[in-house]
Amino acid sequence: MKVAYWPGCVSRGFTPELHGSMAKVAPLLDIELVELDRACCTGAGVIAEHNQELADTLNARTFALAQQVPGAELMMNICSTCQGAQSECQERLDASASYRERVNGTLAAEGLAYDSDPGGEGGGFTNKNFLWLLVEEIGLDALRAKVKRPLTNLRVGPFYGCYIVRPRKRLGIDEDHRRDNYLHDVIDALGGTVVDYAGMRKCCGFPIITMNKEASLKQAGRHLGDAVDAEADCLVTPCPLCHLNLDLQQPLAEGVVGRELEMPVLHLPQLVGLALGLEPKELGMSRHVVRPTSVIDWSTSVVGAAA
Amino acid sequence: MAESHDRPPEPFTLRLRRYDPESGDAPYWDEHTIELEPHRSVLEAILQARDRFDGSIGIRCSCRQAICGSCGVRVNGDPALACHTHLDAARRGAADGVIEIEPMGNMPVLKDLIVDMDAVHWKKIKRVTPWLIAKQPVPEREYLVPRESMVDVTQTMACIQCGACVSDCLAMEVDPLFVGPAALAKAYRFVGDPRDDQHFARLNDLAQDPHGMFDCTHCFKCVDACPKDVNPMGQIMRLRRIATTDHHIVDQNNGERHEAAFTGLIRDNGILWEAELLPRSYGGPSWFGKFHPAAGKELLSSLPVAFRGLLRRKMTLPGILRPHKIPAGDLKAVQAIYDRVESREERYELNLYIVGEDEQPVPEVAVAAGFVEVSAPAGESITASSPPDHGTGNPAVTETTDHEPDPVDAGAGRSDAERSEDGGDETSEGSADR
Repeated sequence: MKVAYWPGCVSRGFTPELHGSMAKVAPLLDIELVELDRACCTGAGVIAEHNQELADTLNARTFALAQQVPGAELMMNICSTCQGAQSECQERLDASASYRERVNGTLAAEGLAYDSDPGGEGGGFTNKNFLWLLVEEIGLDALRAKVKRPLTNLRVGPFYGCYIVRPRKRLGIDEDHRRDNYLHDVIDALGGTVVDYAGMRKCCGFPIITMNKEASLKQAGRHLGDAVDAEADCLVTPCPLCHLNLDLQQPLAEGVVGRELEMPVLHLPQLVGLALGLEPKELGMSRHVVRPTSVIDWSTSVVGAAA
Repeated sequence: MAESHDRPPEPFTLRLRRYDPESGDAPYWDEHTIELEPHRSVLEAILQARDRFDGSIGIRCSCRQAICGSCGVRVNGDPALACHTHLDAARRGAADGVIEIEPMGNMPVLKDLIVDMDAVHWKKIKRVTPWLIAKQPVPEREYLVPRESMVDVTQTMACIQCGACVSDCLAMEVDPLFVGPAALAKAYRFVGDPRDDQHFARLNDLAQDPHGMFDCTHCFKCVDACPKDVNPMGQIMRLRRIATTDHHIVDQNNGERHEAAFTGLIRDNGILWEAELLPRSYGGPSWFGKFHPAAGKELLSSLPVAFRGLLRRKMTLPGILRPHKIPAGDLKAVQAIYDRVESREERYELNLYIVGEDEQPVPEVAVAAGFVEVSAPAGESITASSPPDHGTGNPAVTETTDHEPDPVDAGAGRSDAERSEDGGDETSEGSADR
């Protein structure tokens, strides 16, 4: 399937291994990525905090660019925070025709417009995180069928990130649509063992890292510690901002919570790539601050056994 | 859920978290099976368990109709009003078919399901000076205020002080001193009120407090926790917006600088330049920000992290020294959007709680339960009054700009019963219509 692909900022900045691993994994899943390299940052909630209409207009521009990609079935992102920030703007844009008109009035200077119903059948505009696309478009059975190296005996703790699980109504989560459980489903489909722990749907603390560093790192450290206690081999997250606080800042978090953590944190495409047979190195796993030694050891032992 | 009204009683098993701090014993779980119709509430089940099996179960409740806010508990881990949660829904949400009921979080337990609201919730509410400080001179009769400014604060006035948002607040979990979602939403209730004379002082106080408005981690927990759609996090964002943009408050917590740095970096580059965000958030919104002493100190403490990142090729020196940008033509378009939107005379905020949605299809549940009369043929969407929980008030629009008013004719505000919950300072509201 062809998708208009919004990689986000951090996946091309401080977590380049995310963008890189997504590019490696996409062909294996028959996803054609058309990168929206003309689009700007979603604002991550901060621009909306500054000026709501500004954030809505900037994101409407991204949606409009995505709608111009010929043959693209939908828009895909690889960042929970992008998903949340974009869903918030889309909710307002879709709710009010007059507001849409106002925002499109600004976009008209560039010849762009956001169409809230591009198919003309009330289906709306679809923007999905890679996680949602995996489960809803590709399907868990199809994913399972593609697994070359099942994550057998790898104990994986899911870390969702706030923006992709709340608010439930805006994100279309209810009893019948358990998007807040998809990471569990994917780990399971890849053959891994899901490790539940207290912090898996909590906040990584990143949004307040410049405002209250101690509280921020305490959050990261506490969740990582819970995962250590639950004997996870690694965490997996669909959010690069969570990755920053959980991996890049982990040495500092260790200091704040006063315990050794050494918990590797993988990006979702990296975990999928491993199971689809890619090597840790080509998935950029050597670029993490906390070396995913346990995962790499696991992958070599599995390859050895399979041969 | 609607058809459950006709279903006969059936057994439901509750797992209650029991704790009596005065006993000296550790908390423990207690299970009881009761029989009730599936549409009855979790509160009724708890009361039945207490009446039939164990008179010592502690639970606080009063109105039993989701208006007094007394029976806040956690059902299957999530905060809820026990009286506002159906038994069948609660069982569907249970991991093992047993409805798990615990006291709320972030507050000390007095006994079983009763938490000490005074020690946490009410203390924080008092912290924000929760009363109107009237402009002087006080008019002889009533204040005349624009109607839309009062409609705007109805969302925070819908709060019933149940503490569900406090229970679930993730910032408070690591920083118990955080003023918190309920109290900050209450603060907006007065910051948004044109009759109040102390907007600046209120905002400055909560911006400078290290545990104030900038301590919120934006996790949306309170948004989902609130049984009345108060959207506390949304109110906190409005407090920040008004403090930074309208009152130009530069706080000691980097809140204003972070917002300015982020917004400015996107304007300059189109996408984020992380290496520059941190120093500017501490030192100020320009390339020179990093030379500010506060930024220097912070950068020094981040050096080990940066060094490790460089070592792993996670960060590259060129990436740190030079931003990546979107193509020049697109950057120009993005800057044109900034110019146009930021030069408007008044900021525009679409609050869906107030204006509702266009042509919202009537929710099936509401139709089946008889809340909404529908004469339109099936499948044809009609304009709904408002989200089902809001009650139907007067049509209202929060248009605060030069723009044509939104044609949405949606219900706003709360029922009178709910509105009166906010206390006696609302007496002049009716006069706004004159």
